[in-house]
Amino acid sequence: MIPAGFDYHRPADLSAAIGVLQEHGDEARVIAGGHSLVPMMKLRMAVLSHLVDLRDIPDLRGIEIGSDSVSMGAMVTQHELISHEGLAQAVPLLREAALQIADPQVRYLGTLGGNVANGDPGNDMPGLMQCLDATYRVTGPEGTRDIRARDFYESAYFTARADDEILTRITVPLPATGTGYAYEKQKRKIGDYATAAAAVLVGEGFASIAMTNLADVPVWSAEAGAALAAGDREGAVKAALAAIDPQEDMRGPVEFKTHVAGVVLRRAIDRALARVAGGNS
Amino acid sequence: MSKMHVKLTVNGEAVEGLAEPRTLLIHFLRENLGVTGPHVGCETSHCGACTVDMDGRSVKSCTVFVAQAQGADVTTVEGLVNADGSLSVLQEMFREHHGLQCGFCTPGMITRAHRFLMENPTPTEEEVRFGMAGNLCRCTGYQNIVKAILAAAEMMKAEDTPSSTEGVGQQKVEAAE
Repeated sequence: MIPAGFDYHRPADLSAAIGVLQEHGDEARVIAGGHSLVPMMKLRMAVLSHLVDLRDIPDLRGIEIGSDSVSMGAMVTQHELISHEGLAQAVPLLREAALQIADPQVRYLGTLGGNVANGDPGNDMPGLMQCLDATYRVTGPEGTRDIRARDFYESAYFTARADDEILTRITVPLPATGTGYAYEKQKRKIGDYATAAAAVLVGEGFASIAMTNLADVPVWSAEAGAALAAGDREGAVKAALAAIDPQEDMRGPVEFKTHVAGVVLRRAIDRALARVAGGNS
Repeated sequence: MSKMHVKLTVNGEAVEGLAEPRTLLIHFLRENLGVTGPHVGCETSHCGACTVDMDGRSVKSCTVFVAQAQGADVTTVEGLVNADGSLSVLQEMFREHHGLQCGFCTPGMITRAHRFLMENPTPTEEEVRFGMAGNLCRCTGYQNIVKAILAAAEMMKAEDTPSSTEGVGQQKVEAAE
């Protein structure tokens, strides 16, 4: 419950924040919503000498819906994703998934950027972002670079972001009008990470499939997407299940998780297909 | 790790104190300020017994460092009574519908319900359950909490209708006396 002591920084712009990270190296960490970091600090699984609060940096805020993509600041909260006018229409998959993350209080503070940068395979947004083919923008001492979500995750808690880089924005291409979508998550209770979850987008001659918490990274399967795009539902399920590598834990043994993965993926595919333009619900 | 000068507004009153940045908002409220309505029921941010309203959002004050709350406007269950000290509609309905037993989750429940009803004044039962899902209760089985919140929503709706403003006004006059 009691975290170790730290010095607190609240920079007003990105370069000042990066300056603190450079100065203190791995003794410093950024804090966004704090709803993964603070719990880890309270258990002393994270002990940091410097916390850099990103809340006062305007560049990290805002949701902009463009003609072919949506750009979201890293500090946009789950609550904002859910309640934003227009986003639910532009990328309805985001709202559907955000409502399955944590609980109301956590969603008021937990951010999209924190969710995708955390690196915990239990987080829902990473697989979702891979399904949507999102791009993450990071800024560090050397400047700014873009990393595809599909290339971002290396292993549990290890990502392509360097320690002195800050994730600033997440950009998602707008799905074509009428694209079917679904995020199907099996969990033990509200607020739990998934036993298995599947994100599906499907349209005319196109499909994308990613899965959550079934390996040490989110799993996006090109083969599964290709199979579904060709109308082969069972082929898609088979390809996705071949790509996962679940580990036994309190959510169940490997066989169970593999079974649940197939169930949620079939449900997600069916729901997404029913939502393809012309379908309803 | 020196202490910092913390200034915030709690239940409408400007307060300040010295605290280490690592101090959790729940501990600052309870120990520095003596605001002991919000409780601590876990160390993993699940139970919601520490829920307060911070800058218009329900937050679990066990998962906010006091440094992050610098300058914030915080309301706790203590600040949700009517101006005259009588129970608010929500509090009254929790009593009326037996929405509490040991009372440990109640301050967080009521503070969360307060914000929930501001965002959704006419909820369905399902919406109440989902909207309150960040708050655990060991005693009630939730059923009566849901009834209390739905009843409070009904009463608030009735109070908002023009035909009843006179009655509300009379209540206020009585309270002032």
